[in-house]
Amino acid sequence: MATETHDAAGTAADAAPGMPQLDFSTWANQIFWLVVTLVVIYLVLSRVALPRIAAVLAERQGTITNDIAAAEDLKQKAVEAEAAYNQALADARSEANNIIAATKADIQKDLDVALAKADAEIAAQTAEGEKAIAAIREGALESVKAVAKDTAKELVAAMGGTADAKTITAAVTARMKG
Amino acid sequence: MATEAHGAEEGGLVFHPMDQFIVKPLFGGEHMGMFTFTNASLWMMLAIVAVIALMVFGTSRRARIPGRAQSVAELAYGFVYKMVEDVAGKDAVGFFPYIMTLFMFIVFSNFLGLLPMSFTPTSHFAVTVVLAMLVFLTVTIVGFVKNGTKFLGLFWVSSAPLALRPVLAIIEIISYFVRPVSHSIRLAGNVMAGHAVIKVFAGFAAIAVISPVSVLAITAMYGLEVLVSFIQAYVFTILTCVYLKDALHPSH
Repeated sequence: MATETHDAAGTAADAAPGMPQLDFSTWANQIFWLVVTLVVIYLVLSRVALPRIAAVLAERQGTITNDIAAAEDLKQKAVEAEAAYNQALADARSEANNIIAATKADIQKDLDVALAKADAEIAAQTAEGEKAIAAIREGALESVKAVAKDTAKELVAAMGGTADAKTITAAVTARMKG
Repeated sequence: MATEAHGAEEGGLVFHPMDQFIVKPLFGGEHMGMFTFTNASLWMMLAIVAVIALMVFGTSRRARIPGRAQSVAELAYGFVYKMVEDVAGKDAVGFFPYIMTLFMFIVFSNFLGLLPMSFTPTSHFAVTVVLAMLVFLTVTIVGFVKNGTKFLGLFWVSSAPLALRPVLAIIEIISYFVRPVSHSIRLAGNVMAGHAVIKVFAGFAAIAVISPVSVLAITAMYGLEVLVSFIQAYVFTILTCVYLKDALHPSH
């Protein structure tokens, strides 16, 4: 019974009761399978996996480098485009300034001409007006004389006297001079 | 004794922290020859499957913008490639597939070994000693092929005073030959210790009062083991690169 239990406890443990690691009867077996394992892993890695990963990494590196170069290129183009835009803007602005100045000069010229013409017309009309006023004033003086004579004649007549025109005229003239 | 064993299995504490490391044939029979398919073989095959799944099927689309699997595969590639280039030098790039093989095998063995009920090939000295000896032999052979007898300059510290050089040479030679030992025991020891400690905590879980603490401790250890799994693979790989640098540029 006791030996049975002992057997059941483990056959490998018989040879090395302490550590199964030091049971040298299993070493040949383990070493054989280890060598098989290492050879298989080595072949798989060196033939398939590592070249593939290296290729993937290299391709990615290439892509990244290309993309960065392309981005650099595009950035350069953008800078150039901005410069061109600014140049165009400056040109347009100076052109606009020129047009404004020319237009202003034209308008000024027209205005000056119109003003001069208007001034001349005004001057002419003023002179005419003055002449007319002078004439009217002259006329008015004559009329006042006539009215004064008529009035004087009527007054004299109303007071019952008769008066000849010559006396009245002389009197009115003398009075108006006074 | 039989009754004792029975009693222990039913109630008390049962500690068999090392049982998980037993190599046994999977398909019947007690006899284990060199080619018998064992649990160790199974988990090595699963490591191959995992490596192929990640590195071959994961990258099968060759996408310019990588998916999840392809990102991880590229990350692993870049990680190891940069390590080889930075530590061992640009002329060591030819050894990259070899170092990548070591790294991928160790990292997948370690992580698959973290699955419950699994077996961890890298917890066995048989495995790590072979890995370390492969590195040791590669480095030694490459050293002599590339540099001829100048490779022995590695042991002759020309910057030290002449009187000290023989002493240093002896120390250097000893350290050179201890490399594969430390290289292999570091990896297997770390992985084995972590798994054994988890098993011991699991054994304590049989006591109802302690079991919550035990579960917490197992969780914490598991987290640590995840870290150790990666770090030990990294350490093994970077040390390989350091040794390879010695072989390619032996001058001190």
